[in-house]
Amino acid sequence: MFDNYENYKKRKSVLITGKKSYQNITNDTLNPIIHKAGNLWWISFIISLLSFLWGVICILYTIVTGIGVWGINKTINWAWDITNFVWWVGIGHAGTLISAVLLLFRQKWRLSINRSAEAMTIFAVIQAGLFPIIHMGRPWNAYWVIPIPNQFGSLWPNFNSPLLWDVFAISTYFSVSTVFWFIGLIPDFAMIRDRISNPIQKKIYSILSFGWGGSSRDWQRFEEISLVLAGLCTPLVFSVHTIVSFDFSTSIIKGWHSTIFPPYFVSGAIFSGFAMVQTLLGVTRKVLSLENYITRDHIEYMNKIILLTGGIVSLAYISEFILSWYSKDPFEKFIYFSAKAATGPYWWAFWILILCNVIIPQLLWIKFIRRSFFWSYIIAIIINIGMWFERFDIIVLNLSRDYIPSSWTGFVPSFIDVGIFIGTIGCFFSIYLLYIRFFPVISQSELKTLVSCKKKL
Amino acid sequence: MLNSNNQSIKYNVIHALYNDKNLMIDSIKLLIKNKNIKIKEVYSPFPIHNLDKLLKLKPTNLSIYAFIYGLFGFFFSNLIIWYTMIYDWPQNIGGKPSFSWIQNFPSFIPVIFELSIYFSAHLMCITYLFQCKLFPWTKSKNPDPRTTDNLFMIEIEYDKNQTNSIFYFSSFLQKQGAIEVHCK
Repeated sequence: MFDNYENYKKRKSVLITGKKSYQNITNDTLNPIIHKAGNLWWISFIISLLSFLWGVICILYTIVTGIGVWGINKTINWAWDITNFVWWVGIGHAGTLISAVLLLFRQKWRLSINRSAEAMTIFAVIQAGLFPIIHMGRPWNAYWVIPIPNQFGSLWPNFNSPLLWDVFAISTYFSVSTVFWFIGLIPDFAMIRDRISNPIQKKIYSILSFGWGGSSRDWQRFEEISLVLAGLCTPLVFSVHTIVSFDFSTSIIKGWHSTIFPPYFVSGAIFSGFAMVQTLLGVTRKVLSLENYITRDHIEYMNKIILLTGGIVSLAYISEFILSWYSKDPFEKFIYFSAKAATGPYWWAFWILILCNVIIPQLLWIKFIRRSFFWSYIIAIIINIGMWFERFDIIVLNLSRDYIPSSWTGFVPSFIDVGIFIGTIGCFFSIYLLYIRFFPVISQSELKTLVSCKKKL
Repeated sequence: MLNSNNQSIKYNVIHALYNDKNLMIDSIKLLIKNKNIKIKEVYSPFPIHNLDKLLKLKPTNLSIYAFIYGLFGFFFSNLIIWYTMIYDWPQNIGGKPSFSWIQNFPSFIPVIFELSIYFSAHLMCITYLFQCKLFPWTKSKNPDPRTTDNLFMIEIEYDKNQTNSIFYFSSFLQKQGAIEVHCK
């Protein structure tokens, strides 16, 4: 046993395979940008773009006609829109977590994957931000949430409202994550600027690189700003989903009015965020031939975080279930984790959630599955589905059985609901696919710190 | 160390290129012992830990600025919340009047926190870009484009009048592992 532990301690994780030199890393980063896109990329992009266009049409139809075209009713007045909002915000969590929190903990395994994860954060938050705006019904008045003098004189937003806290949290998270992402990209843009031969591309990357030279002074400040930004982003990661959970927990709806929501939502967000990183990296690894940079060890590390956060989420489920039973409150019997939820009209949603988020992720305890690209990818997709159903259950199940039984009702999504959701998925993948074609998808300058180039004289 | 303010001495530069980080660091250690030369700048494709200490660069003050900007954000957010919610239009929301800033403070914390981070992060980044002189239309600052790929460069200032020293430094740097030495 002791021997095994010692061996385990000695085993170094393999973060780059194939004996890469500095120049190899440069070339591998540059290849997707200078070469033409493959068929797989074009097929994925066209499908994503068509889905996005479908979503745009549905959004336009909603704005022109009104949100009555959605499946919502007077009891379930939030449904797919807020489900999608919370789901997308959750997905946006892993990126900053990989970049910021793991940077503070000096985890080198973040280096190959942080750039994709950061981009994923930004693109996911864009999708999330869309839903509250279109749910307003009058998106052209969205600026009323900002405390600026408007046409009604002294009409200010309510700073006591969790919905306003959302506005500040999401926009701060989005803009700080974007800044963090872009500052990290500057040295990589400079590398492309110095390598690329096409004059138009050279000009564009020259503008984007801000004249970066890589002097010792620049790197000194770069390291400092990366560290301070990571320190600033870390509490943001935890605050954003905490504040999103306040939308529910500060209300008086049974099943929502719960103090467990902030930690439960944050761990759920990291759980779903890492699952989406696994999904995206599974594609990126193959499409861009990054097999040497995204290794089994990367997959295993992420799966371990998925196991941890999945465990926290499962514990939260159990505590919610026990409390609904123990309270003996007749209305608590109908909340999203209760006997009635498991056997009522939405039993299927309840059991999909349990299967996808609690049972199937336990397979990751098996080392072979935890280190398998294929199984990790499949489990990640299942978790993505499960986490969407978790948000659906929280919102629709709790609203469908209100305090007044006469207002009990169900929810059926309209084709517009479905179209907008698929549209956001299309938009997300379209932007991501464009990103991996034109932006350095691996943080080459940071990754080079892992390579020790030894030259014998 | 040469005095760069002395107008009677004209300086040119030597660019020594290395393909190994460790060889370059060894060369820097030897060069800084020599009082007749001045290392003007070092370029590398990635950050080298503790290089700033080796070159005796002044510690950066960005983190102090970040703290000051954060404080600014904190006071700004408090001011705007106090003005809108307490002073200008104290609303009675659900039987909870907004007549006192301190009584409402717990529900103001999320926005105050977010705005403090917002100001700190953004203003620090702007300061960083100004300090490093990084702007969208700026020309690339590295003298050799290979320094963003796989090469490391030491830029050394030397006295133009002392021609012998050029040959001495060139051969010295090459012995230390420089793959190319250019005198400009």
